[in-house]
Amino acid sequence: MKKFLIYIFLSVGALLFIVPFYWMVVTSLKPAVEAVKFPPTWIPMAPRPENYIDALKAAPFGRYFLNTLFIAIITTLGVIITSSLAAYAFARMQFKGRDVIFLLFLAMMMVPMPVYIIPGYLILASFGWIDTFYALIVPWIVNVFAIFLLRQHFRTIPKALYDAATIDGCSELGFLWRIAVPLSKPAVVTIAIFSLLASWNSFVWPLVMTNREEIRPVQVGLAYFIQEQSTNYTLLSAASTLVVLPVIILFFFFQRQIIESHMKSGMKE
Amino acid sequence: MKKRICISIKPFLYLLPAIIIVLVFRFFPILYVARVSLFKWGIGGAERFTGFGNYLKALSDPYFWQSLTNTLWYVVFVVPLSIFFSLFIALLLNSKIKRIGFFRTVYFLPVVTSIVAISMVWKWIYHPKIGLSNYTLTFLHFPPQRWLSEWRGIFEIIIGRNLPDVLAGPSLALLSIIIMMVWKGIGYNMVIFLAGLQNIPRNYYEAAEVDGASGFSVFRHITWPLLSSTTFYVLIISTITSFQVFAPVWLMTGPPAGGPLGSTNVLVYHLYDAAFNFSSYGYASAISMILFLIVLTLTIVQRKVVERRVYYE
Repeated sequence: MKKFLIYIFLSVGALLFIVPFYWMVVTSLKPAVEAVKFPPTWIPMAPRPENYIDALKAAPFGRYFLNTLFIAIITTLGVIITSSLAAYAFARMQFKGRDVIFLLFLAMMMVPMPVYIIPGYLILASFGWIDTFYALIVPWIVNVFAIFLLRQHFRTIPKALYDAATIDGCSELGFLWRIAVPLSKPAVVTIAIFSLLASWNSFVWPLVMTNREEIRPVQVGLAYFIQEQSTNYTLLSAASTLVVLPVIILFFFFQRQIIESHMKSGMKE
Repeated sequence: MKKRICISIKPFLYLLPAIIIVLVFRFFPILYVARVSLFKWGIGGAERFTGFGNYLKALSDPYFWQSLTNTLWYVVFVVPLSIFFSLFIALLLNSKIKRIGFFRTVYFLPVVTSIVAISMVWKWIYHPKIGLSNYTLTFLHFPPQRWLSEWRGIFEIIIGRNLPDVLAGPSLALLSIIIMMVWKGIGYNMVIFLAGLQNIPRNYYEAAEVDGASGFSVFRHITWPLLSSTTFYVLIISTITSFQVFAPVWLMTGPPAGGPLGSTNVLVYHLYDAAFNFSSYGYASAISMILFLIVLTLTIVQRKVVERRVYYE
C-alpha cells in the first residue's frame, strides 16, 4: 500500500517533468493552424514533419551546429591537455609554492561567472578578439575543476609504476600520456563529457562576446531565431528539439558520468 | 647545480598553459573589474576617476533597488521550493523501490537541457491565450492569467487589491520564471540529497524499526539531523546560483525591458543592460562587484559553518 502511494507520487511528478518535453515535440509536429487551437490537441491530428525542414531553412542552423561542434571539440581537447599537465605537476612534482598555487586555482572556482562578463568583454576587446572564435575557446581551455579531479586520480598511481617506466626509458611526458592519463580514464571521460556538454549548452558568454552570424554557436542562434519568429511556435519547437536532441542522446549513454560530474563540480548548468 | 635548476623549472613548464589562462581570464579580470568600477568608463575606455561614484550611483538608482529586490524575491522563492521538492522526491526514491534509475533520469533531464530551449517551451506553455497553463487553469475553473506579461505582485493577485511596494510580492511574471527554474533545478538537488541519504547508516533505521517509531518521527529524529550537512550544502549552493540568474530573464521577458515594468529585472540583467545597452561599463562593474561580494560572503559563511560542522556524529 505504502509502496503503491510512493509510485503514484513519483509517477505524477515524472509526468510533470516530461510534459514540457512532450509538448515541445508534439508542437514541432503540428501544422501551424493546429498548434494555435484552443483547447489544445495532445496528439497531432495531421503530423507535419516538414516543420523541421522549414526550421532548418529559416536560419543557418547547419552553420550554428558546425560552429558549436568546432568550439566544443577544441575546448574539450584543450581542457584535457592543459588539465593533465597541470594536474600532473600538482600531484607528482615537488616545487616551491605548489600548494599556494593550487589553492589559488581552487579559489578561482568561487568567483561567480556573471562577474566575468564585463571584465572578460573589455579584456577580449583589447585583444581584438570580440566576434572571433578565440573569444569563445581560449578562456575556457582551462578548467580548474578538471585539474582538481585529475590530480586526485594521479595521486593514486603508485610510485613503483613510475620507477618501472623510467627504468624502461620512458620520459616523464611519456609516462603522463601513456600511463597516467590512460589509468585515469574514468576521470578523463567525465571531464570530456562535462566539457562537451558545457560547450554545447553555453549561452551567456557567446551571447555577449559575438555578433556575427558566421561564428554564432547553436544556443545563441536558437535564441535569436526565437526572437525573430516569436509566434511561430511550430518552427521554434522543431528548432529547439533539434538543438536539445544531441544532449539527450549523450545523457542516455553517459548518465552516470554526467550526474557525477555535475555533483562534484557544484555546477548546475 | 645545473641539475637543480632543471628540476625547479620543469613543474612550471607543465603548469604554464594553465597558469597563463587562469591569470589572464580568471584572476586578472577580478582585479580589473574592481578597477573599472572606480571609473566613469564608456565605449572608448576610462573617462574619469570617480572613486566610489558608481557605487553611490547604484544606491540612488531605483532600477538597481528594483533589480536587487527582484533578485531577493527570486532567491527567497526558488531556494526553499527547490529544497522541499527535491528532498521529497529523494526520500521517495530512497525507499527501496524499483525503477529508481528511470525516475532519476526523468527528473534530471531538465538539468542537462539547454536553458534556451526550455525557456522557449515554457514561454509557449505560459502563452496568455492558448498556453497549456491557462488551459489547465480554466479546466480547473480558475481565472486565466497573463503570466509572463503580468507585472502585478502575486499577493495583490491573490487578495485582489493593490498593495504598496514590497508587500505586493514578486510579479507573476517573475513567479513564472521562478516556477520554471525550480522545475529545471530539482533534479540536481535531488541527486545530492540521494547521495546524502545513502550515507546515513542503515542501523539507525533498524533500531528505529525495532522501537516501533513512526515514519514521520524517523524522518524528524534520524533522517533530518543526519542529513543536515547535505541540506546546508544544497541551501548554500542554491542560494549562490540563484543570485546569478540571468538567462531565463533575457530569454523569456526581455530584451529590452527586463520584463513588464521591469518586474523581472534582476541584478545580472541590470548589469548586462548597463554595459551593453548604455555602454556604462564602470557602473556595470560596480554592480558586478556588489554581486561578487554577496556571493563571496555566502561562500565564507559556508566555509565557517562547515568547519564547525552542522552534522552530528
